[in-house]
Amino acid sequence: MVKLNSKIPAGPLAEKWTNYKAGQNLVNPANKRKLDIIVVGTGLAGASAAASLGEMGFNVKSFCYQDSPRRAHSIAAQGGINAAKNYQNDGDSVYRLFYDTIKGGDYRSRESNVYRLAEVSNSIIDQCVAQGVPFARDYGGYLVNRSFGGAQVSRTFYAKGQTGQQLLLGAFSALMRQVKLGSVEIFPRTEMHDLVIIDGKARGIITRDLITGKIERHFAHAVVLATGGYGNTYYLSTMAMGANVSAAWMSYKRGAYFGNPCFVQIHPTCIPVHGDNQSKLTLMSESLRNDGRIWVPKNLEDAKKVQKGELKAIDIPEENRDYYLERRYPAFGNLVPRDVASRAAKERCDEGHGVGSTGLAVYLDFKDAIKRQGQKAIEEKYGNLFQMYEKIVDQNPYTSPMMIYPAIHYAMGGLWVDYELQTTIPGLFAIGEANFSDHGANRLGASALMQGLADGYFVLPYTIQNYLASDIRTAKIPTNTPEFDEAEKNVRAKMEGLLKIQGKTTVDTFHKRLGKIMWDHVGMARNKEGLQKAIDQIKALRLEFWTDVKVPGKLDEMNTELEKATRVADFLEMGELMARDALQREESCGGHFREEYQTPEGEALRDDENCTFVSAWEHKGATQEPALHKEDLNFEFIEVKQRNYK
Amino acid sequence: MDFTLKIWRQKNSGEKGKFVNYKVGNVSSDSSFLEMLDVLNEELILKNEEPVAFDHDCREGICGCCSLYINGRPHGPDELITVCQLHMRKFKDGDSIVIEPWRARPFPVIKDLIVDRTAFDKILMEGGFVSVNTGNAPDAHAVPVPKQNADLAFDAAACIGCGACVAACKNASAMLFVSAKVSQFALLPQGRVEAKERVRAMVAKMDELGFGSCSNTGACEAECPKGISLTNIARINREFIKAGSA
Repeated sequence: MVKLNSKIPAGPLAEKWTNYKAGQNLVNPANKRKLDIIVVGTGLAGASAAASLGEMGFNVKSFCYQDSPRRAHSIAAQGGINAAKNYQNDGDSVYRLFYDTIKGGDYRSRESNVYRLAEVSNSIIDQCVAQGVPFARDYGGYLVNRSFGGAQVSRTFYAKGQTGQQLLLGAFSALMRQVKLGSVEIFPRTEMHDLVIIDGKARGIITRDLITGKIERHFAHAVVLATGGYGNTYYLSTMAMGANVSAAWMSYKRGAYFGNPCFVQIHPTCIPVHGDNQSKLTLMSESLRNDGRIWVPKNLEDAKKVQKGELKAIDIPEENRDYYLERRYPAFGNLVPRDVASRAAKERCDEGHGVGSTGLAVYLDFKDAIKRQGQKAIEEKYGNLFQMYEKIVDQNPYTSPMMIYPAIHYAMGGLWVDYELQTTIPGLFAIGEANFSDHGANRLGASALMQGLADGYFVLPYTIQNYLASDIRTAKIPTNTPEFDEAEKNVRAKMEGLLKIQGKTTVDTFHKRLGKIMWDHVGMARNKEGLQKAIDQIKALRLEFWTDVKVPGKLDEMNTELEKATRVADFLEMGELMARDALQREESCGGHFREEYQTPEGEALRDDENCTFVSAWEHKGATQEPALHKEDLNFEFIEVKQRNYK
Repeated sequence: MDFTLKIWRQKNSGEKGKFVNYKVGNVSSDSSFLEMLDVLNEELILKNEEPVAFDHDCREGICGCCSLYINGRPHGPDELITVCQLHMRKFKDGDSIVIEPWRARPFPVIKDLIVDRTAFDKILMEGGFVSVNTGNAPDAHAVPVPKQNADLAFDAAACIGCGACVAACKNASAMLFVSAKVSQFALLPQGRVEAKERVRAMVAKMDELGFGSCSNTGACEAECPKGISLTNIARINREFIKAGSA
């Protein structure tokens, strides 16, 4: 058993990163040229890391399943990116950003990592501006900020509702510059399917070319996973259709521990599900809750009539509306954190008060805001969001309230990493959403972009050298070793196995069924019985998948169904681990709500005495249950408190 | 809703393609166009036929993957949207719908409706960046940028690189795409330093890759899902003349 060593540097919180850098090993320029690094994924974390490592002189290979690195799903992030610049002179500081992030994560993240994140946040903004990222500015030519949930200051930098796009195009431009200069080689439409370990160290990957279907081998001195989150385990989510857990999952099966898999974020304001053929959920920015009031019909008869289309929202009089967030949380009202707002919507719908044809939606009403500020003011603030809503739902949100419902949005959990962002496999690093490290049990808005770029631009390029410094004498390893043979055989066996079944049920059908199990039992509210049921149901579904799935086509050609099938095969294993983790965590915290652990008023109840730890799961083979290891979280610098929004 | 689909099928880049007719029924008017194709593909798989390959990923109009030419228009019959944001309520029950890939020589078909757009990345590689290494940057407030320029730079940078402009153009010109990137940097002080080299290199690459000439018909602007303005083309022309010959 590997002992979990988080390698937190000694010293006061504010000096840890400085001390680390002062003491770490570096690789000199001549040796950098001899070292190869693989980076999988080209979102904010992957693109920024690959570009930075290329600039430093390493030989980098960058992989993505999309047709261009520029299309990775970071591109869809809307709201903004946090940094502790304090340009607004409103009392922000590195410490305050650190504190808000720890508290927002419900005290389940590692202090030292989060402090470093806050510390490097300012450099990210500098770097992006220098790259030509067109952030919003005021008439004096300086950058403006807005505020997001969980903060009392305005520290969010943005580029309209397309901040993720602009930041990713910035990182992508840096990447393309390195491609031209020859330090980075890109492999688009290429998916990683296994990790190669030689003498205990990560030494390469096995990939499939999505155009030709060719299975290929790639060597490197170190492998970096920037492969994003596992939200698509639920089938419906705000993730891109191709987003998957396979690279991380295969690494887990090769010995990397998986951290906090049960921590997923459910975003309260998404456009509700319309029917069985829905493939994807669309987010409506959190900022709408500044002016919108959330309600459902107070009377069950009204709700039923609304669901049948016999009654319209605007015909329900004020006294028959239940503004349940304002009722339950008078202090924060409609601006409670994401996890709280999501659970409250579910509770009302479960009681039958939901609206829309499915009864799984609540109203987000701008009537009062329009009356108070005028339609023009609302249009200026949210015009593009209102237009997007109208395109999708075909209803005018200026005259009838929007309908919203929570949806899976982000994975706080991920591969377990130490302070250096290294997994439990030497030479395998995980950055961005793919690791577990910075957001605890709940991520604050505008912090995902910050973490992705912090890891890629300013953390990994340092820490990876500390590892590679001891590897400068390792020559390139040819890809015909038994380890590469075994890994390729493993990949082929899986794919050929899938193609051979030729059952009666499509991949999507299985994925939807898995999604339903996950959403019902490992979703917004969980309990022991449901989680045990989920584990059994997932096992049964997995068995059915491997005997009845129908995958057309061949291995050695473009085959989009085979791509989906390999991903769903891994989701069918991932889902079980998520349920297991949710079962063992006997408390409610952040996005993880166990019905058994709540206050008499129905609020989340943490168990700091027994549950202040990171769960790190070790794979024990196909026939054995995974083993749970715990990294105790020590809060040396912050006092742990119960969150209260009443 | 029921539809008759006339879809371009092509096994790979080497083989000849052809139109094939399909019927698809029981489609919800709330479904997106791609969800309608999902329904068709599920039926094809169960009938032992090969599903239709098409590019898609984010399904919220920002990644720029989806690229269908529907009834003679890139991204189909609606304004300022990508295919994934097109909904079936924009069609009439019983409609026949023609679905083709982008048609442009620099974007060869890979399979069915999927084309190879790496030519765009090759152009960006020539100069679609500011040469600044990680760690080089001064404080973000060191150089103020007039709001008007920052806003125009953002409008240009909103391009998603989908290629609809090329598909819409009778000459398969990439001028709108290239001019958007050139404009973004030309409008910002950070990008001015390399402005001359950038415009020369990117235009040369665009020509080399076989994109046609711009004749200012404006089809690109009319079909752009992000509303990228034709004024960017005026700006790239100005930048190109200013840059002179190398």
